[in-house]
Amino acid sequence: MYTDKVMDHFSNPRNVGVLEDANAVGQVGNLKCGDIMKMYLKIEDGIIADVRFQTFGCGAAVATSSMATELIKGKSIEDALKLTNSAVVEALEGLPPQKIHCSVLAEEAVKSAIADYYRRQGIDPTPIVGCTGDCDACHAHNHEEE
Amino acid sequence: MNKYVYADNAATTRLAPEALEAMLPFLGEQYGNPSSVYSFADGPRRAMAAARETVASVIGAKPDEVVFTSGGTEADNHALAGAVRFGSKKHVITSAIEHHAVLHTLKKLKKEGVEVTVVGVNSDGIVDPAEIAAAIRPDTAIISVMAANNEVGSIQPIAEIGAIAREKGVLFHTDAVQAAGHIPLDVERMNIDLLSLSAHKFNGPRGVGALYIRRGSRVSTLIEGGGQEKNRRSGTENVAGIVGLAKALELSAADMESEGARLSTLRDRMIDEILKIPDSHLTGPKENRLPGLASFTFGGIEGESLVLRLDLAGIAASSGSACSTASLDPSHVLLALGLTHEVAHGSLRLSLGRYSTDADVDHILGTLPSTVKLLRAMSPVWTE
Repeated sequence: MYTDKVMDHFSNPRNVGVLEDANAVGQVGNLKCGDIMKMYLKIEDGIIADVRFQTFGCGAAVATSSMATELIKGKSIEDALKLTNSAVVEALEGLPPQKIHCSVLAEEAVKSAIADYYRRQGIDPTPIVGCTGDCDACHAHNHEEE
Repeated sequence: MNKYVYADNAATTRLAPEALEAMLPFLGEQYGNPSSVYSFADGPRRAMAAARETVASVIGAKPDEVVFTSGGTEADNHALAGAVRFGSKKHVITSAIEHHAVLHTLKKLKKEGVEVTVVGVNSDGIVDPAEIAAAIRPDTAIISVMAANNEVGSIQPIAEIGAIAREKGVLFHTDAVQAAGHIPLDVERMNIDLLSLSAHKFNGPRGVGALYIRRGSRVSTLIEGGGQEKNRRSGTENVAGIVGLAKALELSAADMESEGARLSTLRDRMIDEILKIPDSHLTGPKENRLPGLASFTFGGIEGESLVLRLDLAGIAASSGSACSTASLDPSHVLLALGLTHEVAHGSLRLSLGRYSTDADVDHILGTLPSTVKLLRAMSPVWTE
């Protein structure tokens, strides 16, 4: 059901765990929906020097978190904010349609952590970051009625 | 990778070699259409008649009460749609933990004006017959309650429900897809009017099942055509499948007691050991449980991840978590037991079968605790 790339990131997640000296932490999703991502960043001179994640969720949730950390590590805040869910999907060589929301969550987790970084400095993140994550984590859930 | 351990027998089972052997002639040289009059069709015709007798004898029915179908889903559709379309009674009683083959069929029938009363279950996943009795109305056409649940293994009091239905003169259907071949079923003793079964749940082939229809039951046909199965189910018969079904059911019935005991022992060993994992919980009852089925929830982790991790470790299992289904909603069965969405996400089902061994269980028990631990270590919602 998943691409080899997704299974690779699921079975060997990159940057997994807690970053003790993080100066930016964001969490998105909720337990009811079944996915929660927590992103820890260490930002130095505007650069994402280190990153870790913890994820409660399915294979796609783990893989998208892992891939998102790879895509932002070493990048500037500006570049990290440009990370889109479709870039994560592309890097994973695709996701099943019902799992696309996981990639949205990964994008939002990064934004949520960066928003936290600004907030810690007394800066309102909204104009810079926009949606700061957890906008509508369950939005992709289709409650179909015939 | 070492031997792959298949622990998803509630999803489907390996075809018994004996069943395969019995089927082969009908996939080869014995291809005559059983409806044809010439002698070339005698072999398939006789094989089908013998298969019908076998199925009937296992469930306590008469051969002409057995209608072969494409599987359990068709049998469920046939029973429900057939019962409400036959006459003027348009009310159906069912339980909240039925398979989608029942629940989605009823959802569709509601558009034809059918009214449905869905009776809940207790926290062990068992229907209360008194609630069924209380839901019966003058216009109740049929009561449909499964014999055993596919997710939590709870065996339902179908004999009691059958007695109630008989007393009130209401048709009683049971979806016995998970039960047939695994626990005793007797349509007479249990007052069952309609019973669905599916070959691939008891080591028969996929794509074939049967519907028992008690003589005189007022049930419309579902599939129209050439009038096969005494006008009750049209379509040229899947002779090889039917022969395989009967052979597998015969094998299962022959050693049901010893296999049931063996699997119950393996199951209870799994339950006892797995419940030693912190924040692990059994779903479904301790007693009155399908012999091979053990089901759990684990706090702090998500079921699909667990299933994928177990797969990497060489174990096939399943989960009722939202993420493991296309709908993204957790299993309606787990929710009906009173579990929250949060808890249902962490569900795991291990289902053993005819070919499961002690060594399989050893591998599962040697793998699962560390797998749960690994996933918890990367979970933001788990704290030791």
